[in-house]
Amino acid sequence: MKIEFEINNTRREVDSPPMRRLLDVLREDLRLTGTKEGCGEGECGACSVIVNGEVINSCLVPVCQTAGASITTVEGLAKDGRLDPLQQAFLECGGAQCGICTPGMLIAARALLDINSQPTRDEIKEAIAGNLCRCTGYVKIIDAIEKAALDP
Amino acid sequence: MAVGQNVLRKEGVEKLTGAARYIDDIALEGMLYGKTIRSPLARGLIKSISFDTDFDWSPITVCDWRDIPGENFVALIENDQPLLVARDVRHAEEPILLIAAESRTLVEEAASRIRIEYEELTPVLSIEESLDCREIIYGDDNVFKRFLIARGEVDEGINQGDLIIEGCYRVPHQEQLYIEPQGMIAIPTDTGMTVLGSMQCPYYVHKALKQLFNLSDEQAVVIQTMTGGGFGGKEEYPSMIACHAALLAHKAQRPVKIIYDRAEDIAATTKRHPGVIRHRTAVTRDGRLTASEIDIVLDGGAYVTLTPVVLSRAAIHALGPYRCENVRITARAVATNTPPNGAFRGFGAPQVAFAYEMQMEKIALRLGIDPLELRRINMLKEGDITATGQQLRWSVGSEDVLNAAVERSHFREKQEAIQIERASGDSRKRRGVGLSFFFHGAGFTGSGEAKMKARAGIEITDQGRARVLSSSTEIGQGTQTIFCQIVADELGIGFDDVEIEETDTSRVPDSGPTVASRTCMVVGRVIQLAAREIKEKIKRFAAELFGAPEIDLMEGRFVEGGKVLASFAEVAREYAAQNGKLKVESQYASPMGVEWDDDSYSGDAYPAFSWGAEVAEVEVDMDTFEVSVLKITTAQDIGRAIHPLLAAGQIEGGTLQAVGYGLTEELVWDQGRIVNRMLTNYIIPTSMDAPDMETVIVEKEYPHGPFGAKGVGELPMDGAAPAIAAAVLNATGAFVSEIPVTPERLMMIHEGTRRESNED
Ligand code: FES
Ligand code: FES
Repeated sequence: MKIEFEINNTRREVDSPPMRRLLDVLREDLRLTGTKEGCGEGECGACSVIVNGEVINSCLVPVCQTAGASITTVEGLAKDGRLDPLQQAFLECGGAQCGICTPGMLIAARALLDINSQPTRDEIKEAIAGNLCRCTGYVKIIDAIEKAALDP
Repeated sequence: MAVGQNVLRKEGVEKLTGAARYIDDIALEGMLYGKTIRSPLARGLIKSISFDTDFDWSPITVCDWRDIPGENFVALIENDQPLLVARDVRHAEEPILLIAAESRTLVEEAASRIRIEYEELTPVLSIEESLDCREIIYGDDNVFKRFLIARGEVDEGINQGDLIIEGCYRVPHQEQLYIEPQGMIAIPTDTGMTVLGSMQCPYYVHKALKQLFNLSDEQAVVIQTMTGGGFGGKEEYPSMIACHAALLAHKAQRPVKIIYDRAEDIAATTKRHPGVIRHRTAVTRDGRLTASEIDIVLDGGAYVTLTPVVLSRAAIHALGPYRCENVRITARAVATNTPPNGAFRGFGAPQVAFAYEMQMEKIALRLGIDPLELRRINMLKEGDITATGQQLRWSVGSEDVLNAAVERSHFREKQEAIQIERASGDSRKRRGVGLSFFFHGAGFTGSGEAKMKARAGIEITDQGRARVLSSSTEIGQGTQTIFCQIVADELGIGFDDVEIEETDTSRVPDSGPTVASRTCMVVGRVIQLAAREIKEKIKRFAAELFGAPEIDLMEGRFVEGGKVLASFAEVAREYAAQNGKLKVESQYASPMGVEWDDDSYSGDAYPAFSWGAEVAEVEVDMDTFEVSVLKITTAQDIGRAIHPLLAAGQIEGGTLQAVGYGLTEELVWDQGRIVNRMLTNYIIPTSMDAPDMETVIVEKEYPHGPFGAKGVGELPMDGAAPAIAAAVLNATGAFVSEIPVTPERLMMIHEGTRRESNED
């Protein structure tokens, strides 16, 4: 089945069985491997992408459901070679250690800041509650998101 | 200066843009997908294996144990763990067959067409079953390994005490749960085999691969890809997966990728050793320890693997950071028919730390002494002697960390506030505050580092930059960054002028495994020595070149008498033109006077210890018995912090893993198989569960570490579980002797305690 959508502001078309996971289409067909698989069951958030403004777990979504949608993956955050303020803040605050949860975290944080530019620490915690990190204890991730909100 | 500064991490940007390539992000031309067929049974004999004849097997590569060219073992301490079962199944999820095909769907389809029949044998599934020896599964008593640490006269010590206090503590399995599951790609080459993958120890994999195909050092090539967390879980098991992928690749003569899914990763790979730890302590009424008898039993699982080393660390740390003249520590590791337990951050120490700290709580309770006071009375200080007879000569931050944790957390004020609150009536939500005090030996135990002789080096590139050559892996903790900082400062060049060679066994020397909090302290030191030698060489050369005997290298420039003569890069290029490539390799040597005796298990167990103290504040819901950790204040003496931000990140991350260990992480077993093998039912802390954390880094410099650094990786894993249990005790009066402190467990203890006090 031919499916068209917009990824990171570029129109793309893929030819894929409709029930394939969006995650696999992104990683295998489009070679956008920044989106990760940590569990394949909607629990870890490593596969988070933004679809029409909402964060979803791409391991749970069949690709056919995203026809016509606008999708943002971690590869779409930096613009014209400049890091997104969130990426810059993660870099400075130590928000990424092993980095495997980072794409998902950045995506969840981007979606949060897009609707709430000055979140409290509790709101940040809630926004990333679906994204597991085993390295950081979350402290520096929350610091980074707070910082990005303060100086965007 | 770079050391002590929070420079941006070397591999930082690629991790943020999605450009970083982890093993599953790599796809090669003609690559097959491999899968492991495992035993559902904990113990038995394979009777037959049959392949569905209605299925087309021609596109499938199948390997069994007969495809192994050399010996059927994963190379580690003892050759006892097979790569593939020939006949005897010793634990559930043990690998039996390997299959590979062009697509994952096809591989799954093929897997469903294989039937294996077994003759079932009675499995040994717990420490108790192993110790009762009704079934013998290892040697003649199921014991893998024993240690004895003895000091002073225990009987005399008992006589000197006024009271004997006994305790029995239980600690569970714990899953590392790195977010990137394990994975490898093997590529057959003209001369041998190349393996890429997620790992902590490239040279372990290298050794296993060499043994498997009988290859030379050069024929086997192992390359670490960006690794999404390890925590010990990627210390030994990657060798198994690498060999599996290599067997398939060898047979198919095509690249083969094996990536575990989460369920397979949880079910089949190593866990933290569960254990039972008994304490018998003699104390005087004023709280001095006069004798301590400790017995440790750890469950090693089905094969020896790293168990003896874990047991050794457990035994050495068993008394805790306390003074006691008369000590007898007995330690055993036993075999069970469960997947082998292995390395996990802390490596035996978190287990015994829970036990020794809860024993201190018990003693405090029984003597009516304040728990903080009891720690102060008995804590090890500089000049004191540990259970193995090691005199603490340097870098002892014990008092500093305890004071810092107590002050920063307002421990005393909180204790009082809770007392007042308690007196003003019963609330359904009760607060509690508890503390723990702990230490962790950095580097390999005993003679380990002296035998390992870690190697690392530096070369000067054609561009005139310094490149670090080491097999120590970056697994998120910041290896690459701190190595570059050390080199920059020692050499006298900028941080940006130092780079890291790819972790590839054909390009970097064996620095030993990335484990045991040794990367910074031990390998960092070796790299510092290499940098020192490079500096000497190039300075001598520059002195001659410019006829400037007093020349020095500072911030990337050669200067004499305040005059800049040339840049480092210019001189380096000139050096290369005249003398060829400048490259130095150094080797670790134990500091003078650090001595250990393997036979009596005594002496300097570690060149230095890191020290920690932690205060946990909890709230317990007295209806549901749910425990929320509100705040953790932790003070840790790690020597000089090369990169304070990264060090704090280690402390925070390790502390949260320890919160999971203490509160929620528990495996459910059924007939030797793990039932909860998903993230929906194996519960690690989320951002909502994470307490507020305040971290204080104490820097008691270690004279033989690079710029005074010690280890930081594991210490943070030791303190949270006992601090939380102590806070729960403070909140509820329930004395917890087993973790995790689940609501069910807490309710049972609480009911029991209430009944006891009613009967009193
Ligand atoms: S991979 Fe999708 S939530 Fe874990
Ligand atoms: S940085 Fe490793 S899992 Fe988050």
